[in-house]
Amino acid sequence: MAVEDSKGPSLMQGLQAIVRRDLLLAWKRPGDILNPLFFFAMVATLFPLAVGPSPEQLAVSGPGVLWVAALLAALLSLNSLYLSDYDDGSLDQIITSPQPLPLLALGKSISHWLLSGLPLVIVSPLLAMTFRMPTDTLGVLMVTLMLGTISLSLLGSIGAALTVGLNRGNALLSLLILPLAMPVLIFGARTVSLAAADDAVAAGIYFLAAYCMLALSFAPFATAAALKISNE
Amino acid sequence: MWKFVHQLASPPHFYELAAKFIPWFAVFALALIAYGTVAGLFLAPADYQQGDAFRIIYVHVPAAYLSMLAYSIMAISAGVGLIWRMKLAHAVAAGAAPLGAWFTFLALATGSIWGRPMWGTWWEWGDPRLTSELIMLFLYFGYMALRAAIDDTTKADRASAVLALVGAVNIPIIHFSVEWWSSLHQGPTLVREGGPAIEPAMLYPLLAMILGFSLLFGAMLLARVRTEVLHRERRARWVRNLLMPSEGSL
Repeated sequence: MAVEDSKGPSLMQGLQAIVRRDLLLAWKRPGDILNPLFFFAMVATLFPLAVGPSPEQLAVSGPGVLWVAALLAALLSLNSLYLSDYDDGSLDQIITSPQPLPLLALGKSISHWLLSGLPLVIVSPLLAMTFRMPTDTLGVLMVTLMLGTISLSLLGSIGAALTVGLNRGNALLSLLILPLAMPVLIFGARTVSLAAADDAVAAGIYFLAAYCMLALSFAPFATAAALKISNE
Repeated sequence: MWKFVHQLASPPHFYELAAKFIPWFAVFALALIAYGTVAGLFLAPADYQQGDAFRIIYVHVPAAYLSMLAYSIMAISAGVGLIWRMKLAHAVAAGAAPLGAWFTFLALATGSIWGRPMWGTWWEWGDPRLTSELIMLFLYFGYMALRAAIDDTTKADRASAVLALVGAVNIPIIHFSVEWWSSLHQGPTLVREGGPAIEPAMLYPLLAMILGFSLLFGAMLLARVRTEVLHRERRARWVRNLLMPSEGSL
């Protein structure tokens, strides 16, 4: 379609454009960023209320609770990843644009992480303190949460792309993504627990980093294929 | 060779060929399962440690094996369907999913029943294979739910194929991570260096059961794919000729 000698925007510019656009859209509707964050804090609050305030119990269940809350918060925001683009037709523009679709899908995942994952990572130490987690494990918590939420943004974008045009997309997305996200949860929560018990954490962090790289390499292509299928 | 593949991919040809294979699969499956049941439940000696409770492996191991095999078949045929746009492959994937889910459920149920006398509990989160089998069941559910949520058959085929492939990449990772998480399950006894660590009188019924279950799975899969093909091609002329010969000849 592109004319031979016309110089379109470069790949980098295309990637930047879509990230900037999504960030700008979110900036105009701050609720979209804040809601998952409140949800994260809320779920983390539910557990002490449900299981009781005993410090020993909270210290043991803290890493797991925070990780489950993070996973659910990421899922909550994933549902709308491609929804508004689908509704107003900009998804068609994204798919037909001369830029490679996997690149644009990567851009969408990057902005999703910046808007949902990063705030979560930043807030997590606060919540961890309320769970009486030792201060020196906060670094491990933040690193694992960072790697984990990046993986979730990428992995989840596949599910969001598969379910974008469907009425019952919301519950379906959780059903598709949660089983796939379990390795991230297992390694994330376990590594933080190990850190709290003064144990070696390198293996868990390496695994999460490897998973993150794997998702970074393959998920954009799967998302692009899924977008094309569900927008046929 | 290619001619054979092309013929196989043609729905009417497959429909007839499958009809010829199903009885053979079924007969051998029943014979093997009958032998395995009698030899496994009555003739094989009781385990020196587990007593008679070990006999549930004659259902548990084949079911667990088939839950994996069905997913592989589903993912491979989904990939074939996605890449070469072969409709029959999608029909195979669609047929394999519910069967795989059933065998997964069977493996979970028998594993849980076995766990009651052995571990003293119906469910043990510490056991990695039980847990990853449960995740497997969720993967099957997700696949079938996605398929059911999309009305257009072609779209459902292709979307669920992407999901099946993503799942196939993830399954080894899930197994590994759950394994790392904790371990309580018996180590592998069949496939390992130095031959199987199991008494021949216990082994042969088990092998017969595995083969018998596989053939049974094959027969059920072929039957499912046949009906699936019939449903998908319901507007095609060959289906009308087949179902309403008098009208078709008009």
